[in-house]
Amino acid sequence: MSTPTVLMGAVAYDPKVVTIWEGFRAWLRGRGLDFDFVLYSHYERQVEDLVAGRIDAAWNSPLAWLRAERLAAANGTAVRALTMRDTDQDLTSIVVVRADSPARQVADLAGMVVAVGAVDSPQATLIPLGHLAAAGVEVDVRRFDVGVGLHGDHIGGERDAARALVAGEVDAACMIDANHLAFVKEGTLPPEGTRIIAQTARYDHCNMTVREPESAGVQLFGTLLLGMSYADPQVRPLLDLEGLTAWKDGRTSGYDLLARAVDATGFFSPDGRVTATDYRP
Amino acid sequence: MSAAPGADVEVHLGDLGFGRGAHLLVQRALAGLPPGGRLAVSGRDPALPVHLPAWCRVRGHRVEWPDLGDRSELVAVVVRGTADDDRWFGAERAGPALPSALSSRPPARWGLGARGALLEAGGPEARFDLDDRDLVWADVAPHLYAQAAARQWDPQTAVPWDDPFALPADVEAAVVQVMTYLVENEQAALVVPARFVGRIHPHFREVVQLLAVQMADEARHMEVFSRRALLRGAELGTSSAGGRQSLFTLVAESDFALASFLLSVLGEGSFVDLLSFLHQNAPDPVTRQVCWLAMQDERRHVVFGMAHLEHQAQLDPLLRDRLRAAIHRRHDALVDTAGLNADVFDALVVLAAGGWHPDDVSAGFDRVQALQHAMDQGRQRRLVRLGFRPDEAAALSALHTRNFM
Repeated sequence: MSTPTVLMGAVAYDPKVVTIWEGFRAWLRGRGLDFDFVLYSHYERQVEDLVAGRIDAAWNSPLAWLRAERLAAANGTAVRALTMRDTDQDLTSIVVVRADSPARQVADLAGMVVAVGAVDSPQATLIPLGHLAAAGVEVDVRRFDVGVGLHGDHIGGERDAARALVAGEVDAACMIDANHLAFVKEGTLPPEGTRIIAQTARYDHCNMTVREPESAGVQLFGTLLLGMSYADPQVRPLLDLEGLTAWKDGRTSGYDLLARAVDATGFFSPDGRVTATDYRP
Repeated sequence: MSAAPGADVEVHLGDLGFGRGAHLLVQRALAGLPPGGRLAVSGRDPALPVHLPAWCRVRGHRVEWPDLGDRSELVAVVVRGTADDDRWFGAERAGPALPSALSSRPPARWGLGARGALLEAGGPEARFDLDDRDLVWADVAPHLYAQAAARQWDPQTAVPWDDPFALPADVEAAVVQVMTYLVENEQAALVVPARFVGRIHPHFREVVQLLAVQMADEARHMEVFSRRALLRGAELGTSSAGGRQSLFTLVAESDFALASFLLSVLGEGSFVDLLSFLHQNAPDPVTRQVCWLAMQDERRHVVFGMAHLEHQAQLDPLLRDRLRAAIHRRHDALVDTAGLNADVFDALVVLAAGGWHPDDVSAGFDRVQALQHAMDQGRQRRLVRLGFRPDEAAALSALHTRNFM
């Protein structure tokens, strides 16, 4: 019987992506999986290649997952979330104002200038703006397009939004919950200088997207990922770099907020075409 | 206050937020729980409901949101995960904290971890090729280090730079020549241990510390000798090609035992005699003091070199063959060179003469010869302590470089 194979796509949003997947590649190959990876400069081509069968798995952002799901459905196939990181589950985004802001509740943001991340950032743009829209609050959006095509993986846009808030250039800024804490710790935001005025419902982030039906290689890939232990000194530094302590079974129950935002803004069409007019990955 | 319903313990953070260290209190409370243990977290920081789960997520702890009931300050229940324990699975102590039962060959994986520390598994395998206790260690090293650290002197205050003195020009020139020679020798004496410090396994850290102080000693010696050379003038003396060739053979030795043998046992041993000679014959208080200070340090260097070679010689009967070969090799490399800079030799005679009457010069010459004899005797004594027979020690001592160091 030939060795099961998997070719996975990942987006090179940071040089550490090479370190991470080179390390995982060696670990997976040492366990009977002929694993290799290709790097993409943005998520759109990765998703298209997955659905077209050019790669077997895609380490996808939540936005890329939604597009893969739609593209697959449009051509009569299906994709599945094989695994995800423990840290991909139950995230929230928040809207932050300066501590001295007159805004006390989310409705007070109406008409104010709200900074967001890149156009394609689920956590710093699409989901929080969807939250405000759902609350009936119309705001003046100021976008910080850093790393367009990376679906918000690049923290730059979020950080620039936070800086604009501190500088008084905007009235509020959107970011993922963990980055608010990170920005306070690194000094981008003064410790007691901001107030959280809104928090979205919980949602999920990345997943390892695969086509159905799964090949033997993909099945083994899933089993091996789930078997990675934080107690294993070979993979622990890689897990630290990738930001997880354990792989979990993939679930797709945490993407509704983003799907609603995508539909509301017309970011993707129902059949998975990119329809956002100002999105140029 | 009893723990919240469904929790094993409770921590109240007051007004403290995660932006100001609340994680320390949560971490401390979680440390007392087994994986799966439940910690109720209360607090008044408005950002706590956002930051607590964000913090827990990346550390592998689960967060549950119980019915708050009337416990208005209860934020969430944290269920302790396994990542904290998993990180330390397979961890090991990097040997004993104190240098009492050192590993005979510490593993490369201990690397730069502090000796005695609990080391997380994984990490780089550092290449410290001098990892054999018998080759590197001497029991006297911690004691010598403590002594060396305690006796560091400040070149600015330890030397009477401003004491008034005036020397005849030719005597001053002799001092400058000797100082020039001392600087270049101390330079070599700094470089030799520097080449080994980065190769010694940090498990033997007292040896590394001792060599580091030894290098600091040499740095100060270079400073005070240069400063004395330039105290009355603007130019240094001469440096001979043969002298530099001799020092080059010392610096080029890549074997730790052989390098410490050539440098400390033979070279610095001879230098102690030279510095003692200069201390006695110095024509001015500054020269006298800098030589005396350097001599104290050099004695310590010789003691360590002797100690670890004596230890090694007891364990390895073949060591003496290697030491013998090293002397021959260096002698052969230098046989066609002039050895000691003639200007240096003459300067020593001038300093020992103390005047220009033929009788003074003759007496000075005798004193320098006596110095060379004392150096030879000292080398022979140390060679005998390392297990060489007296006649062989005499023969080997005679092959030592004429450049002294």
